Amino acid sequence: MQNENFQDVTPLERHGFLRALLRAVSTPLVAVILGILLGSVIIEVSGYNAIAAYVSLFQGAFGSGYSIANTLANAVPLILAGLGVAVGFRAGLFNIGAEGQYWMGAIAAVWVGYAVNLPWYLHIPLALAAAAVAGALWGGIVPGLAKAYAGAHEVITTMMMSYVAIFFSHYLLENGPMMEPGYVPQSPVIRSSAFLPVLVKGTQLSAGIFVALAAVAVVYWVLYYTTWGFEIRALGLNRRAARYGGMPVQRNIVLALAVSGLLAGLAGAAQMMGVQHRLYDSFSSGYGYTAIVVALLAKNDPIGVVFSALLFAALGTGAQYMQIGANVPGRMTDVITGLIVFFVAAERMVELASRWLAKRRQQRRSQAGRPGVGPAQGRGAELESKGAGV
Amino acid sequence: MGTPAAQGSKTANQPPILELQHITKRFPGVVANDDVSLDFRPGEIHAILGENGAGKTTLMNIIYGLYHPDEGQVFMEGRPLNLEGPHAAIAHGIGMVHQHFMLIPVLTVAENIVLGSEPPGFRFDIRRAAAEVKKISEAYHLEIDPWAKVGDLTVGLQQRVEILKAFYRRARVLILDEPTAVLTPSEIEDLFQIMARLKADGIAIAFISHKLDEVMQVADRITIMRRGRVVRTLLPTETNPQELANLMVGREVVLQVKKSPYRPGPVLVDVQNLVVADEHNYPRVNGVSFQIRRGEILGLAGVDGNGQRELIEAIVGLRPVRSGKVLFAGRDITGLSPRQVSRAGISYIPQDRQGDGLVLNFTVAENLILKDYNGPQIARRGRIDFRRVRERAQRLVGQYGVAPPNPSLLAGNLSGGNQQKVILAREMGLAPEFLIAAQPTRGLDVGAIEYIHKRLLELRDQGKAILLFSLELEEILSLSDEIAVIYKGQIMDIVPGDKATREGLGLLMLGARKSA
Amino acid sequence: MSGLLAIFGNMQLWASTLSLSVPLVLPALGGTFSERTGVVNIAMEGIMLIGAFFAVFFSSLTMNPWVGLLGAVVAGGIMAVIFAWAAIRLRSDQVIIGMAVNIFASGLTAYLLNTIFGFGGTPVNTPMLPHLNWPWLGRIPVLGPLLNDQSILVYITLLLVVAGHFFLFHTRLGLRMRAVGENPEAADTAGINVYRIRYLGVLISGFLSALAGAYLSIGVLNSFEVDMTNGRGYIALAAMIFGRWTPFGSFGAALLFGFASALSMPLQSSVAAKNLVQMLPYVVTILALIGVGGKSVAPAADGVPYEAEK
Ligand SMILES: Nc1ncnc2c1ncn2[C@@H]1O[C@H](COP(=O)(O)OP(=O)(O)O)[C@@H](O)[C@H]1O
Ligand SMILES: [Mg+2]
Repeated sequence: MQNENFQDVTPLERHGFLRALLRAVSTPLVAVILGILLGSVIIEVSGYNAIAAYVSLFQGAFGSGYSIANTLANAVPLILAGLGVAVGFRAGLFNIGAEGQYWMGAIAAVWVGYAVNLPWYLHIPLALAAAAVAGALWGGIVPGLAKAYAGAHEVITTMMMSYVAIFFSHYLLENGPMMEPGYVPQSPVIRSSAFLPVLVKGTQLSAGIFVALAAVAVVYWVLYYTTWGFEIRALGLNRRAARYGGMPVQRNIVLALAVSGLLAGLAGAAQMMGVQHRLYDSFSSGYGYTAIVVALLAKNDPIGVVFSALLFAALGTGAQYMQIGANVPGRMTDVITGLIVFFVAAERMVELASRWLAKRRQQRRSQAGRPGVGPAQGRGAELESKGAGV
Repeated sequence: MGTPAAQGSKTANQPPILELQHITKRFPGVVANDDVSLDFRPGEIHAILGENGAGKTTLMNIIYGLYHPDEGQVFMEGRPLNLEGPHAAIAHGIGMVHQHFMLIPVLTVAENIVLGSEPPGFRFDIRRAAAEVKKISEAYHLEIDPWAKVGDLTVGLQQRVEILKAFYRRARVLILDEPTAVLTPSEIEDLFQIMARLKADGIAIAFISHKLDEVMQVADRITIMRRGRVVRTLLPTETNPQELANLMVGREVVLQVKKSPYRPGPVLVDVQNLVVADEHNYPRVNGVSFQIRRGEILGLAGVDGNGQRELIEAIVGLRPVRSGKVLFAGRDITGLSPRQVSRAGISYIPQDRQGDGLVLNFTVAENLILKDYNGPQIARRGRIDFRRVRERAQRLVGQYGVAPPNPSLLAGNLSGGNQQKVILAREMGLAPEFLIAAQPTRGLDVGAIEYIHKRLLELRDQGKAILLFSLELEEILSLSDEIAVIYKGQIMDIVPGDKATREGLGLLMLGARKSA
Repeated sequence: MSGLLAIFGNMQLWASTLSLSVPLVLPALGGTFSERTGVVNIAMEGIMLIGAFFAVFFSSLTMNPWVGLLGAVVAGGIMAVIFAWAAIRLRSDQVIIGMAVNIFASGLTAYLLNTIFGFGGTPVNTPMLPHLNWPWLGRIPVLGPLLNDQSILVYITLLLVVAGHFFLFHTRLGLRMRAVGENPEAADTAGINVYRIRYLGVLISGFLSALAGAYLSIGVLNSFEVDMTNGRGYIALAAMIFGRWTPFGSFGAALLFGFASALSMPLQSSVAAKNLVQMLPYVVTILALIGVGGKSVAPAADGVPYEAEK
C-alpha cells in the first residue's frame, strides 16, 4: 500500500500491486489458520470438542445481528489502540504500553464525563480530547523523552508506565478521589451528555465506531500523504538516514509515541463513553495487549488494522459463548492469539520448510546417483534437523 | 624488497595442497562463482585479482567453509574436503584473514586468538592462553602484547592478530582477503615481508586484491576473476599492469583520470581549529584547520579512524562541535542542524550509503526527496505533492543513468553502484556549492568509479568546492588539487596534489610531521 | 523521622527485600546469559508464568514440591527452546516472538488452571518448597534475621549468582558466549557454533525464569494465580540492564527493585498509600533505564539475529 503513490497505472503495474497485496495478506492469513489449527489440537488434548468450541465461538461472534453488533463494538477500542501501536511501529518504536495509555484515557474521559456539566456537543469532544491528551502524555512524555534523550528502551518503559497507570486507577477507585460514595470500588456514572449514542438498541455498538474509522482515515492520510508521515516512515525504516536527511529525529520519537498513546487513550474514552459509562476497578482491560497483536497481524497498515481488530474482537466476543456453549474456558482465545503472533513473527518457517524439503529431495537424488559421497552440506542439514526436531 | 616471484619459482612444481574444482555458487540474482577451478601450492603466493563484486570473497568463504558451493568440490592434498563449517576448514589447516576483521574489540588479544580453540579444560586458563600466544607470536616474528584490548590496537596490529589467529590453529594455507585495503604504505611493506617469510616456511598463501601494482609485486601466480568466472591464470613475468587491468574489467581501461588544470577561485570553506568528540566523549578531532577554494578538490588522506568521520559529521551538523568554527561563504555555520547546513548549499555523500545515505525500504523516488521532502519544490503546507515527486524521480533517474530506470523500485533492490548514483543524484540535485564526498567509490566496480570521478571533476570545473575523503591513496592522488593528511585528529600537512607522492603521504599518515 | 527509622531499622524489611528480589534476580541472571549471547529474551515473563503453573501442577499431582520444581524447569525449558528456535533459527524479531510467548503463556496457564483445577483455584493442600530454619543462624545479629527462615530457593539463588559469574567470566564456554554476543560472525569464523551457543544462553535464561516462577507459586505461596508474575520478567530485564549485563550487577539492581517492593509492605494499613507505593518498583525501573546511576553498554550484537550459513 505504501508505494501506491508511485504506481504507474499500466495493467502490468496493477497486476504487480495485486500480487503485492496478496503477498502482504498471505502471512497473516497463514498465521491465523495455523493458530486456529494448533489451538484446536490443544482443545482436543485437554478433553473438549474443538469443533463444538469453534462453532460456538463463531456463533457468539457472528451468529446474529445482535452478536455482530457486539463484535463491532468490541472492535472499536481494538482499532483505536491497534492503530496507536501501529503508528509506533511505523516509527520503529515498540509501544507495548497501550494498556496503560488506555487506562489514562479512560480515567480522563470518565472524570470529564461526570465532573463537568456541558451540552453534549461540547461534552463529548471535551471528554475525547481529555482522553487523547492523557494518553499522549502517558506515551509521549516519559517513554518518549526517555527514549529520545536517554536511550531507554521503550519496550520496558511503556510496560512499566502501564503498571503505574493501573495502580493509579486502583488508587483513584479504592477509597480514592474518584470512588463513588459507598463500598464498591468504582467511579460515578458519567453524565448522559457525554454518552456516545448507541447505534443498535440492546447492543454495545455506539458511535465510537465512527471515532475509530475516522482515526483510521486520518492516520492513513498522515502516514502516506504528509511530510510528517514521510518523516515517521523514514524514522522507522532507518533512523540514521532520517537524521542524515535533516529530520528532527528526537522530536519525532517523542511525537510518535505521543500519537501512539493518544490513539490508545481514545480507545479508553470510546469504551467508557460508549459502553461502560463508568470506571471499574480491574487489573487489565485486555485491549491494550490485544492491540499489539492487532497491529502486528495488520503489518502496521492502518486499513489492515480494521480487519485484524475485527478478527480479535470476534475472538473476544466469541470466547464468552465458547465458555457457555462448549464449556471451553474463554482464555483459550489468548492461547490462539499467542500462537497467531508467533506464526506471524516466524514467517521464515515456510521458507525453511520448503528449503529443507528441497534439500532432502536433492540429497536423496544424489545418494541414488553416487552412493557414499554426499554433497558438502552437512552443516546445513545438521542445523535444520535440529530445528525440525523442536 | 626482492622479487618474490623469482624465489617462488622453485616451488612452482610442487603438487598443490588445496584444489578447487568447478565451484559454482549462486546468490539470488547473481552467480557469484561460475565454474571456478584453481589450486594453491605450498610456498607460493597465488594472487586472485578482480574488481569489486567479481566473486573473490565468495570463493574464499567457500574454501573456509562459510558458504557451501552449489556445485563443485574442494580438495585438500588430493582428498575431497567435506567443509561443513569453518571449524572443519580450521581442522584441515586452512586459515583466513577476512576483508572485514573478525575480531571482538572488548576482548584481549589472547582471548581473540585462542577463541574457539582455547587451551583444554572447563575453566578458561587465560594465563596459559597468553603464554601460548606469546610463544606463537615470537615464533612467527609477529610481536604483540597478548593482554592488550583488541579495540585499542591500530588496524595494522589488528591484522597481525588475525594472522596469528590462523597460525595458532596451525594453518598451512593462509587466505588474505584484501589485506592491504586498510593499511598505510609502510604497513603494506611490513605485510609483504611477513608474507615472504611465511612463503619461505612453506605456507600456501592466497592473496586477494584488486590493486594491480601490489599483485605484480608479490605474486608468484596471478588468477584474474571477472563476474564470477576465472578469466585467466598467468605469471607476473609474462604480463603487465595494463593487460591485467583490461582482463579484470573486460575492456580497454584508462588507468589515468583526465583532469583539467587547477584554477582556484576564492576561499569558500574555512574550517578553523575544529575540535570534535565521538559518542563516548573521546576527542577525535583535535584542532583541525583547512580551507577549500572554489574550483578545488581537497583530498583528505589518512588511515581509517583518525577522525575523518567525526570531522565530516561535525561540518554537516550531525555531530556537536566542541570548539572551533566552520565558515561557509563567510558565514558561520558551526552548530547548525543538518537541514540548515543542507539548505545553506552543502551536500554530503556519506561513507555508509546503506546505513546513512538511503532508506533501503523506500523507493528510489522517495529516497530522492529524503532531504527536501518538505521544501517548496516538493511539499505544500505539510502535504507532499506526489506528481512533483514522480517528475523529479523520472528526471534524475534518467540524468544519472540509474539502472533499472524505474523510480518505484525499492532502493534496496539496486546494485551498490546504482545506489550510489541515487545518492549522487539527490545530492547534486540540490545544486550544492560545496560537496563532501566520503569514500564515494568504496566497493564499486570500475565503471561506477569512473562515472563518479567524472561527476566530481565536473562539479569542480563548475567552480564548486569539494572535500574528498578516501582511504584509497590512488583516488586521492588522482583527483585532489590539495591533499590534507589527518592523523589522530590533527592535520599533519597540506600538500599540493601534483607534488604529493605515495611515500610522502604514507609517512604523514603515520604521524611524521612535515617530512613530505 | 522516627517513623522512617522504625521502617528502615526493621530487619523484616530487609528480609522481605531479599525474598521479594529472588523472582527478579533469577530472570535477571538468566537474561544476562541470554543477552550475552545476543538474544533479547522478553519471553522470560511468560516462561516464569509457565514455571509457576507447572510447579503447582506437578507439586499437587505428586504431593512432592521437588517434583513440582523439576516440572517447572522442564516446562520452562521447553518454552524457552521454542522461543529460541524462532528467535535464532528463524531469525524472527526477538521482541515480537517474546510477546507471542508471553500472550500464549498467559492464556495457556489461565486456560489450564480452569481446565485442570476448575474455577475454584489450585488445591489448598499443594505442598510448597521448604523454608530453612537453623536456630544457630537465627542467633547471628543482622545476618540471622536476614538469611534465616527463607525459602530454600533463596539460598539456591545466591549460589546461582556466584556460579553464574564464574561461568560467564572464567570458563571457556563463558568466553564463547560473550564472544557470540559481541560479534557472532567472528565467533563463527573461529569455528564456534553460534546457534548452539545462543540456544544455550536462552535455555539458561529459561531454566532460571522457570525457577523464579516456581518460587512465586510454591516458594512463597502454594497456589497459582492468573498472571501472577505481574511484569517481573520485564523488571528483571531492566535490572539486568542496570546491572550492566553482569551477574553481580543484576543481583544488585534486582535487590534495589526488591527493596522498592518491600517498602509497600509496612504500608498495608492504608489502601491509598499502598496503591501508590506499589508503583515504586516500576518507577524505579524507569529511572534506572533513564540512566540514573550511569549508562551501560549492551553486548554489540544483542538482539541481532545471525544468519550462519548461506
Ligand atoms: N551473502 C550474499 N548474498 C547475496 N549476494 C551476495 C552475497 N555475498 C556476495 N554476494 C554477491 O556476489 C557477488 C560477488 O561478491 P564478492 O564475492 O563479495 O566479490 P568480491 O570479493 O570479488 O568483491 C556480488 O555481486 C555480491 O553482491
Ligand atoms: Mg571481497
